[in-house]
Amino acid sequence: MSNEISTKVNEISQFIVIYIGEEQYGIDIRYIDNIVRMQQITRVPKVPNYLKGVINIRGEVIPVMSLRLKMELDEDEITKDTRIIILKLNQHEPIGLIVDSVKEVVNINMSEVEKVTFDTKDDRTSYVQGIAKQNEDLISLLDLGTVLQE
Amino acid sequence: MDVSQYLDIFLDETKEHLQNLNTQVLELEQDSENMDTVNEIFRAAHSLKGMAGTMGYKRMQNLTHDMENVFSEVRTGTIKVNANMIDVLFQCLDALEAYLAAIQETADEGDNDNEPLIKELNKILETKEDPNAKKEEAKEAESKDVKEEAISWTQIEFKPEEHKNLDAARSANKKIYGVSVKVQDSCLLKAARAFLVFKAVEETGEIIAANPSIQEIEDEHFGSEFALIVASEAELDTIIKAIESVSEIAGAKGAIYEETEESKANAASDIAASVAPAKNEVVKKEENAAPATKPSEKKAGTKPQVNRTVRVDIEKLDVLMNLVSELIIAKNSLVSSATNSENNTTFNEQIEYLESVTTNLHESVMKVRMVPIESVVNKFPRMIRDISKKLNKQMELYMTGEETELDRTVVDEIGDPLMHLLRNSADHGLESAEVRIARGKPEVGSIFLDAYQDGNNVVIEVRDDGNGIDTEVVKNKAIERGLITEEQASVMEDDEIINMLFLPSFSTAKKVSDVSGRGVGLDVVKSKIEALSGEVEVKTRLGEGSTFIIRLPLTLAIIQALMVVVGGEKYAISLGGIQTIEDITAEDIKTVQSKEVIHLRGTVIPLIRLDQILDVESTHNPEENMVVVIVKKGDKLAGLIVDELIGQQEIVIKSMGKYINKCKFISGATILGDGEIALILDANALI
Repeated sequence: MSNEISTKVNEISQFIVIYIGEEQYGIDIRYIDNIVRMQQITRVPKVPNYLKGVINIRGEVIPVMSLRLKMELDEDEITKDTRIIILKLNQHEPIGLIVDSVKEVVNINMSEVEKVTFDTKDDRTSYVQGIAKQNEDLISLLDLGTVLQE
Repeated sequence: MDVSQYLDIFLDETKEHLQNLNTQVLELEQDSENMDTVNEIFRAAHSLKGMAGTMGYKRMQNLTHDMENVFSEVRTGTIKVNANMIDVLFQCLDALEAYLAAIQETADEGDNDNEPLIKELNKILETKEDPNAKKEEAKEAESKDVKEEAISWTQIEFKPEEHKNLDAARSANKKIYGVSVKVQDSCLLKAARAFLVFKAVEETGEIIAANPSIQEIEDEHFGSEFALIVASEAELDTIIKAIESVSEIAGAKGAIYEETEESKANAASDIAASVAPAKNEVVKKEENAAPATKPSEKKAGTKPQVNRTVRVDIEKLDVLMNLVSELIIAKNSLVSSATNSENNTTFNEQIEYLESVTTNLHESVMKVRMVPIESVVNKFPRMIRDISKKLNKQMELYMTGEETELDRTVVDEIGDPLMHLLRNSADHGLESAEVRIARGKPEVGSIFLDAYQDGNNVVIEVRDDGNGIDTEVVKNKAIERGLITEEQASVMEDDEIINMLFLPSFSTAKKVSDVSGRGVGLDVVKSKIEALSGEVEVKTRLGEGSTFIIRLPLTLAIIQALMVVVGGEKYAISLGGIQTIEDITAEDIKTVQSKEVIHLRGTVIPLIRLDQILDVESTHNPEENMVVVIVKKGDKLAGLIVDELIGQQEIVIKSMGKYINKCKFISGATILGDGEIALILDANALI
């Protein structure tokens, strides 16, 4: 029996489903450190527009990025459902993502994820590593590596 | 037997020994008669051999063993130190460093047997005079010598108390045996085997004395044999069997111990001689104590990458301990007064006390992290010597301020850039002997490395009295490479031209040599130093020499800062760079070369409007006077215009992460008392 770890085999990963506008996106739960409510963001000068600034989480200064602006959509509308998801990838320092709202945690079978087939000229699509179907909805699974790239 | 867990320690200690050896051999070159240096080298080589043997690195062990042989002869005066030996020694040290590098990469020392080197060492050994007589003296002179000797228990000399024990055992009617134990040649941890032998013997008897002494056996300072005097009620055979049942013991033999006249006489003289072994033991104890004070912060990892340990003075740790206790006391008193909410004044007093204790505590911890740059710069003299030989230019390195301390992480990183700057000075800066004499300079070129503290920074200067940087050559090279055009070149200032040296792939060397010329140097130097939040500056005079000035912050995580408001946002400016705060009117601002300046007490100071730099709208009323913060860097001044001042505060510097820290003049963030975040302005980057 081969010992290879293949993502084609029935591997179930957990994702947090978030809303950006009408669309649902999934973020791999392994990289999520914390989800906090929207709070005062301190602006940092001379940074790209999608970096909104920094926030204070229990004594740590954590930068915050607007997922909407990164994906070149409109500015965030802050509501009582807006959340900041604090991500912690291995090589990176923590960073927060502003999302419209957080829906739920889902279990997704990686072998049922469909690869994206948009035209590759569109930058936005490279942020998505695949599309999963959950009941009637389509969830775009975010590729955090490219989202957090400079 | 798994020794891989000791790999980290082995690498650390071997590096230290090698460094020490380098320094010592250099000193030996200057002063070949100095017995202290020779002894130091012998001891270091010996330790290296022991460690290499324990870890199973046979080639290292062999090489150090041969080095040790040579040194043993030097110690007894049968061989004199000469230039050839020094060269061979340096080659040996290089070979050992190569082994060490291989071990660090692959946990294996590699295949290089270094035959030619060993031959050289043996050749040196053959030049010694009168081998036999001197060898005897060498054997007796050195109690730590690990040469193969047949050690017999008849030679054991008793110390006074051992003699007492012997007599006590006799009167208790125990049998006294002398036993020789031979450890297998292939055994690695002889001390451990010896210990097991001791245990085996002590199950049936008592060890009265040993040769070499028990301490020395435990430190593995014996060849493959040692001898014991045992008092026991059991039969000799039982004891021999017990010893031989310990694995890796080749054999044991013994007999009833007869106290001969000789040994009695020896006992008497031994009292005088016992002063000497006692001293050796004290020395050994000191050597053991030094590594014990090392609190190692090891990073968990399979391959030992960078050394993450710091050697800390016990005193510093004591101070730290005291402060932590004071902190606990302060906390306790706060807790009690919190429940006891009667007295408001004592509460304030306690808060003040807490403040002072935490400030002291912070300072102490910072001091613990500080390491003198000596550990980095002490390998430079050797490097300069090697370069001097290679380039055939005579040069001397003069260093001052080696005791200047820097944070441990900074010290690690600063070594390479400094090495490169020194190489540059040696290769490009210093002229050849003929040119120097023609210019009236002394034939021996001088390179100076000075380190000192300046305010909140540590400054390291690399200076040479060579040719200086020829801006024409630099200009032409830049034009040649297409980095600038002729017209651009003609309007460029001298310092702009010199700054081009820091661009990637820039090199003015005519040909690529082993020492320099590949053009990877200065830009790497600059980026490494900037990564440490420092900066590099060049001052040069054609024909007279150049100076590279490196400025590094004394990485303090807590600083005194001035809090200001610009455009409704709070910012902190480190107090260290602030000279004065001025109140100026709009009329005071003059314009020079289309830049705003003020004339303050005789000096013209350029102004920087922070609201413009930080992309905010100033909330300042143009009718009123403006607040200007005058900051200083080296000998340059600048005035920062802010909207208002809040006050002075001690703040904790928090890193914002590389992701968002794109601003050169924002050095971090801090969290204020109310949870709000204020960004920290780096005044140095603004000037």
